[in-house]
Amino acid sequence: MSVELKPRKQSVISRLPVLHQLRQSVGLQRGMLVAGLVITTVYVICAVFAQWIAPYGFAQLRDASGPFGSQQPPSPAHIWGTTVGGYDVFSRVIWGAQTALEVMIVAIIFSIFIGVFLGLVSGYLGGWLDRVLVVVADAIYAFPSLLLAIVMSIVISGGQSSLYGGILAAAISITVVYIPQYFRVIRSEAVRIKSEAFVESAMVIGASTPRIMFRHVLRNSTRTLPLIFTLNASEAVLTLAGLGFLGFGIEPTAAAEWGYDLNKSLSDVTSGIWWTAIFPGIAIVLSVLGVTLVGESLNDLADPRLRGRRAVAAASGSVALTSVVPGGPLEAGPGGLAGLEDTEGEADRDR
Amino acid sequence: MTTLVDTPGSLPNEPPENAAESTTAFKKQRIGGGLGRYIVVRFLLIIPTIFILVTLVFFLMRLTGDPITAALGGRLNGEQLQERIHAAGYDRPILVQYFEYLGQIATGNFGSSITDNRPITTILVTYGAATLELAFYALIVAFIVGIPLGMLAAYFRDKGQDAALRVFAILCYATPVFFAGILLKLIFSVWLNVLPVAGRASTGSEFEMQDLPNKTGFYLIDAFQTGDPAVISDVLLHAVLPALTLGLLTAGIFLRLVRTNVIGTLSTDYVDAARSRGISEYRLVRKHAYKPALIPIITVIGLQIALLLSGAVLTESTFEWKGLGFQLAQYLGSRDFVAVQGIVALLAVIVALTNFIVDVAAAIIDPRVRY
Repeated sequence: MSVELKPRKQSVISRLPVLHQLRQSVGLQRGMLVAGLVITTVYVICAVFAQWIAPYGFAQLRDASGPFGSQQPPSPAHIWGTTVGGYDVFSRVIWGAQTALEVMIVAIIFSIFIGVFLGLVSGYLGGWLDRVLVVVADAIYAFPSLLLAIVMSIVISGGQSSLYGGILAAAISITVVYIPQYFRVIRSEAVRIKSEAFVESAMVIGASTPRIMFRHVLRNSTRTLPLIFTLNASEAVLTLAGLGFLGFGIEPTAAAEWGYDLNKSLSDVTSGIWWTAIFPGIAIVLSVLGVTLVGESLNDLADPRLRGRRAVAAASGSVALTSVVPGGPLEAGPGGLAGLEDTEGEADRDR
Repeated sequence: MTTLVDTPGSLPNEPPENAAESTTAFKKQRIGGGLGRYIVVRFLLIIPTIFILVTLVFFLMRLTGDPITAALGGRLNGEQLQERIHAAGYDRPILVQYFEYLGQIATGNFGSSITDNRPITTILVTYGAATLELAFYALIVAFIVGIPLGMLAAYFRDKGQDAALRVFAILCYATPVFFAGILLKLIFSVWLNVLPVAGRASTGSEFEMQDLPNKTGFYLIDAFQTGDPAVISDVLLHAVLPALTLGLLTAGIFLRLVRTNVIGTLSTDYVDAARSRGISEYRLVRKHAYKPALIPIITVIGLQIALLLSGAVLTESTFEWKGLGFQLAQYLGSRDFVAVQGIVALLAVIVALTNFIVDVAAAIIDPRVRY
């Protein structure tokens, strides 16, 4: 406990976002977090090493001993059977993990950069640009995300997509849907932080607006990003699968995609062929489940009201770490007294 | 936004006569005032929302080129294509087309599909009822499953039951609706063979409902009109799996919401007071904590509508439920982007309107919302 009373002295490892929460968590919450981390790790390993794990290529129809055959039940050669198109289900599920991970990473990088930048500019500069962006973001936010992703994928690829074009199209479609979420969070943080004393003092010193924005405001407004990040990562997988299911994903010869495979399995199911649907479906569920469990646990741990009762007492010492300025308010430079005076002044004006 | 409308008549507090009064006090009174004003302001806010979405969809869809080439590009030769494009006016400047489109939408004309040349509004009328029926069933399932289970999870907070329920909620969310649909289909229709595989009714019942004098398009109502118990049970049986599929998606979200909010209210002072009077924890959850916990749900339903519509598109495709989403998927497949644009624009209007209704309902229930 004494370590947590002096947050600055904590080692770098224990201050890393997920590891810190792992230490903070207790009992059930830790179980959920650990389960989520394990599933996510397995998923990432499958995705990264797909080449070595999958016995066949994602578009492979035949090997040395001839074609695979269509709708073959699970057998030693094809442990999860083959699809109606004659692909190996197991290989396509493994390769699908890679596609999903690629789309997820590209989508999240795009939406973080664009969303954070817009949110920062909008929140810090304010004015008419802010108002316009807020209205647009709200309109997009209220709209069914899948429909927007469909429209975007029509725009980008005209519905037909090649290898990297397909991944990029899917990623950009998803990006457009999630930019408003990053935008909202970062904007409200920026609005709050720009009235903090350390921003004012930076202005007094004569720091340029971009410097204040990116050095002082941005660094202090990213605390909730890991939460949205994990929640969006799982939604990105679902949106990609939804696009694929409606036939707007990636062509089967370009990459393996779970939603596409599920779409093709729809007619199999009615004739009792279960292996083409179950395995890609479970793959989607597990990957989303893993990332969501991590995100949920992080979210709960960040919210003291939802933290387990014992955990509240145990971890109360480290609450400061989740606040705006890591290490507690004292670090806010010459903020201390000036900040107090300022809030008093504001209170006076209100009266 | 309060300056947008001027309906002082609806204000319970007339603006103070004395102009010397501080402007802040004046503003606060006006802002705090009437539900009527809130509804008007909220209604006016719909217009920019719809406008932005429609504009966005229009320009995005036009970026790809004209819809005629997209839909018929492979089937017609260059000259015929040019003729069709010219006839439809797609060779004019885009701004002209845009303003024409806005004008059409303002008069309720969303255009006609290219592939089968049907007005989008007809498509809405024909298939909208089916989607609405599905969404209605799904909401019922979501309420029946989500709210009691959420209260239960809050009651067993941090115990095994709570963990199981929370994992169930996350599973509901993590399962894509079409996979949930396929699973249910596999179990109940193929292996157990107790429920129909797809569609809204069997052909026999559809035939029987065909000749009704005032057909509503809501199969359940139509089935009751025929008065034939076989038809009613047939329609209901067909609805079970799609409703479960779409309902469970929302149920998981309701469960989490109710749990969080009940836990929140359980730590408030008035619940503490009740607890100190010796009321059992179970009764606290049942009688005291759950009602205020339901208010946030009403506000969240607004956002759920969007999710529900996304889910409906996928559910309808899975179960060949002939609604708007099913049609949308069909038009997407045939690259008929005018139809897609029309349906999407229409759904934008529906989402904006339902959000408005939900917000007003929330404002009626909880006065704090009327900022």
